[in-house]
Amino acid sequence: MEKIIIIINGKEAQVDKNFTILQAAKSLGIEVPTICNDNRLVPHGACRMCVVEVKNARALLTACTTPVAEGMEINTHSERVINSRKTTLELMIANHPLDCLTCSKAGNCKLQDYCFEYDVTGEKFSGFDKDDLPIDDSNDFYTFDPNKCILCGKCVKVCDELQCTSAIGFSGRGFSTHVSHPFEAGMDYSTCVSCGNCVSVCPVGALMPKEKTKFREWEVKKTQTTCSYCGVGCQIELKVKNNKVVGVDPAMGPSNDGLLCVKGKFGYKFINHPDRLKIPLIKKDGVFNEATWDEAYDLIASKINEIKKEHGSDSIAGLSSARATNEDNYLMQKMMRAVIGTNNIDHCARL
Amino acid sequence: MTNSINEIDKSEVIFIIGSNTTENHPVIGSRIRRAIKQNGAKLIVADPRNIDIANDAEVFMQIKPGTNIALLNSMMNVIIEEKLYDKEYVDTKTEDFEKLVETVSNYSAKVGAKICGVDAEDIKRASKLYAKANVASLFYAMGITQHTSGTYNVMAIANLAMLCGNVGKEGGGVNPLRGQNNVQGACDMGALPNVYPGYQKVVLPEVKEKFEKAWNTKLDNKVGLSIPKILDKAISGDLKMLYIFGENPMVSDPDTKHIEKALKNLEFIVSQDIFLNETGELADVVLPAACFAEKEGTFTNTERRVQRVRKAVEAPGKAKPDWVILSELMSKLGYDCSYNSASNIFDEMASLTPSYAGISYKRLENNQGLQWPCPSEDHPGTKYLHKDKFARGLGIFKPSEYITADELPDEEFPLIMTTGRILYQYHTMTMSGRVEGLNKQAPESYIEISSKTAKILRVINGEMVRVTSRRGTIETRVKVTEIVEEGVVFMPFHYANGANVITNPATDPLSGISEVKVCAVKIEKIA
Amino acid sequence: MTIFRSHVLMCSGTGCVSSNADQILARFKEKIKEVGLEKEVQVIKTGCFGLCESGPNVLIYPEGSFYSHMSVDKVDEVVDEHLLKGRIVKKYLYKESIDKDLIKSVDEINFYKKQKRVALKNCGIIDPENINEYIAMNGYMALGKALTEMNPDEVIQLIKDSGLRGRGGGGFPTGVKWSFAARNKADQKYMICNADEGDPGAFMDRSVLEGDPHTVIEAMAIAGYAIGATKGFVYVRAEYPIAVNRLEIAINQAKEKGLLGKNIFNSGFDFDLEIRLGAGAFVCGEETSLIASIEGHRGMSRCKPPFPANQGLWTRPTIINNVETLANITQIVLNGSKWFRSFGTENSPGTKVFALGGKINNTGLVEIPMGTTLREVIYDIGGGCPNGKEFKAVQTGGPSGGCITKENIDIPIDFDTLTSIGSMMGSGGMIVMDEDNCMVDIARFFLDFTVDESCGKCTPCRDGTKKMHEILDNITSGKGINGDIEKLLDLAYTIKDSALCGLGQTAPNPVISTIRYFRDEYEAHINEKRCPAGVCKPLLSYYITDNCIGCTKCARNCPVNCISGEVKKKHVIDTNACIKCGSCITDCPVNAIIKR
Repeated sequence: MEKIIIIINGKEAQVDKNFTILQAAKSLGIEVPTICNDNRLVPHGACRMCVVEVKNARALLTACTTPVAEGMEINTHSERVINSRKTTLELMIANHPLDCLTCSKAGNCKLQDYCFEYDVTGEKFSGFDKDDLPIDDSNDFYTFDPNKCILCGKCVKVCDELQCTSAIGFSGRGFSTHVSHPFEAGMDYSTCVSCGNCVSVCPVGALMPKEKTKFREWEVKKTQTTCSYCGVGCQIELKVKNNKVVGVDPAMGPSNDGLLCVKGKFGYKFINHPDRLKIPLIKKDGVFNEATWDEAYDLIASKINEIKKEHGSDSIAGLSSARATNEDNYLMQKMMRAVIGTNNIDHCARL
Repeated sequence: MTNSINEIDKSEVIFIIGSNTTENHPVIGSRIRRAIKQNGAKLIVADPRNIDIANDAEVFMQIKPGTNIALLNSMMNVIIEEKLYDKEYVDTKTEDFEKLVETVSNYSAKVGAKICGVDAEDIKRASKLYAKANVASLFYAMGITQHTSGTYNVMAIANLAMLCGNVGKEGGGVNPLRGQNNVQGACDMGALPNVYPGYQKVVLPEVKEKFEKAWNTKLDNKVGLSIPKILDKAISGDLKMLYIFGENPMVSDPDTKHIEKALKNLEFIVSQDIFLNETGELADVVLPAACFAEKEGTFTNTERRVQRVRKAVEAPGKAKPDWVILSELMSKLGYDCSYNSASNIFDEMASLTPSYAGISYKRLENNQGLQWPCPSEDHPGTKYLHKDKFARGLGIFKPSEYITADELPDEEFPLIMTTGRILYQYHTMTMSGRVEGLNKQAPESYIEISSKTAKILRVINGEMVRVTSRRGTIETRVKVTEIVEEGVVFMPFHYANGANVITNPATDPLSGISEVKVCAVKIEKIA
Repeated sequence: MTIFRSHVLMCSGTGCVSSNADQILARFKEKIKEVGLEKEVQVIKTGCFGLCESGPNVLIYPEGSFYSHMSVDKVDEVVDEHLLKGRIVKKYLYKESIDKDLIKSVDEINFYKKQKRVALKNCGIIDPENINEYIAMNGYMALGKALTEMNPDEVIQLIKDSGLRGRGGGGFPTGVKWSFAARNKADQKYMICNADEGDPGAFMDRSVLEGDPHTVIEAMAIAGYAIGATKGFVYVRAEYPIAVNRLEIAINQAKEKGLLGKNIFNSGFDFDLEIRLGAGAFVCGEETSLIASIEGHRGMSRCKPPFPANQGLWTRPTIINNVETLANITQIVLNGSKWFRSFGTENSPGTKVFALGGKINNTGLVEIPMGTTLREVIYDIGGGCPNGKEFKAVQTGGPSGGCITKENIDIPIDFDTLTSIGSMMGSGGMIVMDEDNCMVDIARFFLDFTVDESCGKCTPCRDGTKKMHEILDNITSGKGINGDIEKLLDLAYTIKDSALCGLGQTAPNPVISTIRYFRDEYEAHINEKRCPAGVCKPLLSYYITDNCIGCTKCARNCPVNCISGEVKKKHVIDTNACIKCGSCITDCPVNAIIKR
């Protein structure tokens, strides 16, 4: 890639010719705040948090949309820039409930983080009009609180550009602009497929998964793993509080690019389901009785030995699982072949 | 898949046949839509149902269930007739082209159109679109494989792809979409009656020797029983015991009555699962297993990518990871089995499986996965197969003739029923059926019928009906929709006492797959 | 060809049509037929004459008699007297046409005298629905010349040399803009005419489309040829039905004559034109929103770069020119850049059309050379403020512009001078305000407009203008507090600096400029809770002066019964109960009630 020279915060630096100012800054370790930016989306330039000062430009420019040019002089944190960001945050928070104490998004909210960073308290425009719109909880998997929405547009763009369902869009003009869906009858009556990709990208608490267990972002431990549903192999992060999975976030896996479907995003509740088998069971007279592992193993082992002796290894067969891990499957076929002595092993690949 | 998911971005034309991609592989479905929207890729869809992604198609052909070969042969006929095939590719990289020419010469667009119930012009348009693209990819799923002609269907697809030079090319390929998270891995691991891990044949003496040495035991050299045969042998009494691990054939397999009979005839059944499912109810011993979130391991996805599974929570009660259960049981059976981690098992497997040889947990730590074949530690993995030349040298055309489905509609059973998956449920619902929201979206089984069929049957949307095939009868709710054509009905297979009570267990002799995509049924109004 | 001795021109612009121009026209035709003059007198429906204040207007040539405030019942008399007997009906003439005993022709009227018509050349003269009339006025000669005698580069160079700048508000040199798109290679390029005129009180684009649609079509084809675009769109407001209708007719006529379509003038150049209707969103006049709208998306602005000339409609190179800009093109091609530069100023050559409105006698459309002073426009052409009121300020550039006060009234108008005094050219709206206008209220009015019309995409415009509006609302309703002016300015400058598109970046201008010139009015509202102009209702109280004669009329008509007093004695208003409806003022026979 061809390089060019820019002057950023007073220092000369070499960057890729095709970079935006935001990418250039990132490559140089300079953090520029963004809310509406997502590398996978066409830059939107809506939130105006990433504005920077460029010499000879009439107004401030958004780093996310402006390409670098040879010799460009950029200041990412001048007083003018900081003041602009502060006012932008003041405006956002002025039309946003100040309910961080009870908001489940606290600790994972970009608006909260930036207000903290830029010392924005929400006092400047206190007393001004705020939205008072009904919360849409018609969808079974997530809620939409338009009062918390800061109209960054990520949900709409993810639904349109990545998920390609285009279930949601904008309605109204000016201050009345809001995220909506056809005829505003409730999300559940739209073409929404509940993939939750909008929920995953929402920077504030407007789109939230329906989860009964309350947790704070800092309380959960995150573990990256592979989704256990279809064969796409989406990468997910399981959020765990007190040994319970309380949420799933998409990870930027090579197969899923940070996207998920309804099952991957919201279909985790079987993990902690009370119906889970917790103890070995042995059937006696048609009724299952709880048993110890040793009792179960002993019974199975004796049965195997008995049948093998009487009818030969080939009178035993094993069904392995397309839902279990490679390691599990390897051992299952190894047990059938090496220990029981038969190739009678198959699984439901055909279903 | 011969190719990778992210190569969809490079396809000029995408041909989906027998896959309801947006419902069954939603993230891939979105990726395909994205390619259409952002890169201007063109889409061809062939399916018995007017599925959602058909709306995005340049050409959509609503074929009759079980007519895939006729369509594919017909497309190849057009492509050869109009000299649109990749001659250089065919000449240098394939063999037996003349056999293909001979076979498909009987399938003009007109003939194909008649068999498939589509417009001959559409076949021509689709053929030209696919053939003229610099690179075109083909995606299919169970709509292709779950037929008595399943293997031939796949061959026909491969023929089409080779004919246009789309195998061994980035953005092209023949791409089966695997329905379950680790169906690819289970096959790779040798959970099949004829092969050891890495598709090493059990009948080959050198393979047997290799595994005997590694496993320090004597091994059998004859091919084992596949599921349909296991069931048959259970009924005949030759099979005495079944160890069922993470499976629910009572719901997933065709002709439930037949399965129930087989299972009940067994002397001993072990069920190792995370829930007590319909099959577990019939077991003698049930072992509680840890689910994916409670154990370490790897899954191999549809694009051959091996990715980590990591433990996030403790298993409930006394449940244990499957590999722990299996190794403890093997020890009980007197086989020395002292794995102390899943990673140990993986390493042993990799040492015996050439295509996995270069993969290790350490290399998977970066969360990018590795696509097999990955023969050595410094190998980056394989993005797409058959690059430069086919694995066997020359790609061989194996022409397929169209054969009708095992069961065709007749006077008594006038409707063709096909089955499939839906977005909000997964397999036999062991997992998804226990997620409140998913269940609310798709609470019960139903049968899709067209408004014309509904009119003939004098039933309305939401009405309960009786559906009967040669194997049994079920009651279910009618969903009147134009997604199906007159004469064709559809049922999701997820539900117990649902579709698979009546589906046809006839199998493809080559792969052992059942023809659950086509059976003949009648629908009666419940008075 | 028939030669007529007299021509009756009926103004059929939107203003006159809404006052029955169609019926008047029909009556003229009928009556002329009745008196048997149909072979001698031709009645023609034309575009706007410009002097809308006096409409419906009729011009009769060869005399150049300018009949104003016409109505159907006056027609017979005009036909009988003027056309049959040759006696001009003085009483129906426009008031300024009569100077003592002298009857002035239309060209001698002040309103027209100082105008120079380039863009409006054919407006009010030809029948816009008849392509032959346009052709008779040298129509499509410029296109012929460009296609057959010039190469695209020469066309662009000519426009560059002419110094023509975009009349839609930005003032960007048109030729330079064209050259950007011309040098981009693409499988398809587009030429768009922006006819989404949305500034309150502006209607020059509408008048051009209504009066001379072919000039726009011809110019678009020339531009298409210059930049290499074979496809054009006219994006016009659906609220302009007459303009849309005439444009449709014109496009069809041009196609029939082969002046649009394939191989125009046998030159090998193809150009096709389509109309796209806008749904009345102001922001769609902003070029990136306009593009989004044509593409079928919600009208929301996009960030620049990429500029449309590089990646516009459906990501192809696209040029968007405003109607009035295009209306200059044919004249420049025919008469040359030197001719064009003979009007106007060095940096702003040519003329500019303004829509005069507000507190001015001659509301209407005027086209003046750049460099004319505001004084000339307001007093000489516009006739000053009505009722002898004192001129206070004029707002140019609509909601994006600012106000200009008496002190700058002698500044010659061009793009740069207006910007230098905190206003802007804008599309050419000129709203005059007199002593009765409250400048805080005016600022609030314009903000009200932008708050409504913001597309809602970027935070500063969506939320910032709303906050400014709320502050102004507070000030004008007596709830202003110390620091409000500073807060307004702080917000205003941040929005200007950080909003996404031109709409947002210019939205604070009315506030900034009114604070700059009328800070004292803001302070009076905030500190003294007083509206000096007597406009802001909540700040006013009604009082009865000693002039009261005790007629009781006000007390009887007061809807809330807050006026008390005995007959023939001075009455009193209970200011707490008063709802300030103003009915008492209207009722009082002796003007004894005042607000303060």
